[in-house]
Amino acid sequence: MSKTPPLIMTTKGLMAENLLRRVDTHAENDNEIVDAVEYYVGEELVHRSAHVHLKKSLEAALTEQGAFNG
Amino acid sequence: MANTQAMCTSFKVDAMNGLHAFGASVIRGATTKDTFKGALYFASATVGAGTTAYSATGEVGNSGSYAAGGIAFTTATAPNSTGTTAFFTPSASWTTGSGFSATAFDCILMYNDTAAGKNAVASFTFGSQTIVAGTFTLTMPTNDATTGLIRIA
Repeated sequence: MSKTPPLIMTTKGLMAENLLRRVDTHAENDNEIVDAVEYYVGEELVHRSAHVHLKKSLEAALTEQGAFNG
Repeated sequence: MANTQAMCTSFKVDAMNGLHAFGASVIRGATTKDTFKGALYFASATVGAGTTAYSATGEVGNSGSYAAGGIAFTTATAPNSTGTTAFFTPSASWTTGSGFSATAFDCILMYNDTAAGKNAVASFTFGSQTIVAGTFTLTMPTNDATTGLIRIA
């Protein structure tokens, strides 16, 4: 029994994954981790999704309060 | 044991919950939590510390489920503290949903969508991304005093 390939949303509408060329990329730096998946028809990019994991959050310092006699 | 000078940790959490107003404040419509949204901006925009409120200037265009003003963060977990640091992190990933397209964006602005002025909270940048008929997802860091998305130390 053959398995139906998943459908991928593309700029040309839904297409069977087996008709597309898939490229997975992974990049990491000090700020983030990015995992992306791209699908091509020939050399044409028809789908790209990205998943970004931020590694650096924001911290505010509220501990610099004044002193009455400082 | 001696007295020590310190910013009370509970104040930091209370500040996140809008409990104190040293200056003129606003009349809140309810005691329920506010809705916070994330809006995406092109790499050519100038969102940052000087941003005071949400603006459509430089925002990516409507696409898929994404419309001007962006998409709400999930905020099921209230601010908390550990040691002397208060922290808050959205309780789920932020995503545009499928069928989204935008070129060269590198920033998301978190802002208060409940506030009449759409007041800004924080901007987060990342490497410039282009999405084509796809999904853009931001995964949240661990919600603790070291890595929580917004921390007051």
